[in-house]
Amino acid sequence: MSNLLEVHKVVKQYGDYVALNEVSLNVPKGSIYGLLGPNGAGKTSLIRIINQITLPDSGEIILDGEKLQPKHVQTIGYLPEERGLYTSMKVGEQCLYLAQMKGLTKAEAKQQLEYWFDRLGIQGWWNKKIQELSKGMAQKIQFVVCVLHKPKLLIFDEPFSGFDPVNANVIKDEILALKEQGATIIFSTHRMESVEELCDHIALIHKSNKLIEGKLSDVKRQFRTNSFEVGILTDNVEGLMYDITQKFTVSPASFKSLNDDLKLDIQIGNATPNELLNILTQRGQVTHFVEKIPSVNDIFIQTVTENKK
Amino acid sequence: MSIISLIIKREFIAKVRNKSFVVMTFLSPLLFVAIAGFIGYLSSMKAETKQIAIHDETGLFASDFVKQNKKDGEFKYLNLSEIDVKALKDSITKESFNGLIIIPKTNNLKDLETKIEYVSNNSPSIIFIEKTQNIIGEKITKLNLEKAKLDTLAIKKAQADVSIHLAKTSGEESLKGLNEIKIGIGGAFGYLIMMFIIIYGNMVMRSVIEEKTNRIIEIIISSVKPFQLMIGKIVGTSLAGLLQFLIWAIIGLGLMFAASAFFGVNVGPTAKIPPELMHSAQQEFSGSAQMYISELWNLPIASILIGFVIYFIGGYFLYSSFYAAIGAAVDNQTDSQQFLLPIIMPLILSVYIGFFTVVNDPHGTIAVVFSMIPLTSPIVMLMRLPFGVPWWQIAISVSLLFATFFLVVWFAAKIYRVGILMYGKKPTWKELYRWLKY
Repeated sequence: MSNLLEVHKVVKQYGDYVALNEVSLNVPKGSIYGLLGPNGAGKTSLIRIINQITLPDSGEIILDGEKLQPKHVQTIGYLPEERGLYTSMKVGEQCLYLAQMKGLTKAEAKQQLEYWFDRLGIQGWWNKKIQELSKGMAQKIQFVVCVLHKPKLLIFDEPFSGFDPVNANVIKDEILALKEQGATIIFSTHRMESVEELCDHIALIHKSNKLIEGKLSDVKRQFRTNSFEVGILTDNVEGLMYDITQKFTVSPASFKSLNDDLKLDIQIGNATPNELLNILTQRGQVTHFVEKIPSVNDIFIQTVTENKK
Repeated sequence: MSIISLIIKREFIAKVRNKSFVVMTFLSPLLFVAIAGFIGYLSSMKAETKQIAIHDETGLFASDFVKQNKKDGEFKYLNLSEIDVKALKDSITKESFNGLIIIPKTNNLKDLETKIEYVSNNSPSIIFIEKTQNIIGEKITKLNLEKAKLDTLAIKKAQADVSIHLAKTSGEESLKGLNEIKIGIGGAFGYLIMMFIIIYGNMVMRSVIEEKTNRIIEIIISSVKPFQLMIGKIVGTSLAGLLQFLIWAIIGLGLMFAASAFFGVNVGPTAKIPPELMHSAQQEFSGSAQMYISELWNLPIASILIGFVIYFIGGYFLYSSFYAAIGAAVDNQTDSQQFLLPIIMPLILSVYIGFFTVVNDPHGTIAVVFSMIPLTSPIVMLMRLPFGVPWWQIAISVSLLFATFFLVVWFAAKIYRVGILMYGKKPTWKELYRWLKY
């Protein structure tokens, strides 16, 4: 798969403070790319550079095979974390204005706006002022503004903040629909469950450096601990424990189960799961056998704490 | 449509639609006329006549003062030389009189020059004191002349009244009264520029702050360059400002005509001036008016108007870039005060220089220097223009102004670019300097 966006060794300094230290990223075409990192890691600096709001001190950015240049602002849609609109301007006029700034003609903008207003069921808002709308409603308008010009690359910075669960779901479905239509989406957030749900690639930036990047499944494989959650019904607990502790590291586990079974966390190291299963089946009835897959949250916390020094 | 014109259009419409803008546009001229009318009414009211007692022990001056009663309505002089000084002083404390002039008995007129006293509860106006001194001084001079047996009539005849005819080397004739017109025109234009800069520069700043507090700024500058946004904002706001000024001018002129027509009818019959007198006064007035008007056309009108446009544009853009940069640097209006002071200072300075130095000596060193310095030149040079300024000075001044303008726009754009994305804290001067290097 080719990359829509490539970031090569980008450096950004603010005075003595290094915000980005030779960060490189590859965002594949048609992917949802999770850009993760704690507060102050440099995510926003990077996003601003991609949006050409600021310029990198060194390094280069390739968008769709071309060096990033001013005309590219029309192919990017950006939903910043700090959002807002002109409070005393009417919704329709405001959207038309912002769309025209992205290079649409007035007629195109109007047509697109009608499509999106219809889709999100907000046709009646055209002549309302932003100050008459609730925060969530204003966020919807912003989402529309961000996608109006059919950008190839969408950058969402915390897109779900400020939405109630129903509307967050509406937006999530829209994001997935945009992906279906071929858009590439960069998704910056702290909410790991939405990363888990939506992203197929992730990158983790911490203290101005990129620490992890790759396909979500690859990253998880890299972070796998080779431990299994096991539930087993057995009469001879001592015998079982003796057998498995010979070969593996065992610790008690807790998970939900309908049986009154023994719950264990077993680290198999270099052995295969079958070796463990063989021992278990000899000693009792296996009711639960699952590999412990690290969640994005675990990966995030583990990486960030490891690199604290 | 190009992006800058899109921004200009939005800024213009946003300004013009703003309720306070609409209210200000139509209310200000009314307020202005109302205030002018009120001041006119106040000054047309007759001042209270002040009673001035005169205790003249020499008996030489009282009659001269009493003579004044006929032509002067403001002061009524009473010759109370017969009454004891102490009693008079008491009656002043009881406020029977506003003041008391005491002229002591003396044999030597020379002594009088320093021995006359004025007693009152409140300190008198300078005009009154000068007037009193004049009356006494003239009388003493006259007495001295008589004493020296000089013919006062002959002396009066001998006194010359010189009126110099002014002409310029270029051959144009010039009127003395013309200087007042020149000061008036230069001052009006200079003042107009200052007002425009302060009012609309502030508007630019407010609109930058608004975008920052709305947090819309990040969306906008992901589509346009901060520089384009800044220029669009300044131009859009100034167009709205020009429209407002135009409306003010039209309404103001209309109201003035209405007012003068209204008062003209009122004043005519009450004045009761004999027709012949009125006629001659009219002739005199129209004569001098004609003279003024013809002289007005002799002013370098073209260069004044072109100068006004050039300095107006240069000055306004220079200052509003500062305003935009300040707006970008701060989060709210209160924080802007610290940065505004250095901007307002040169503006006020130039108006002072204009009204004090240029008026006295339009081609003096101070006037020339300040008409070159870019921050003061738009106002000071405009005030000098009606007096005729060598072209090379204008050339230097204009090129300096525009060079500085480009420099400041570059510098303001940098501050602007960094500042609009900084939230939450008030920057220091040091930080602003650091932003220039980002």
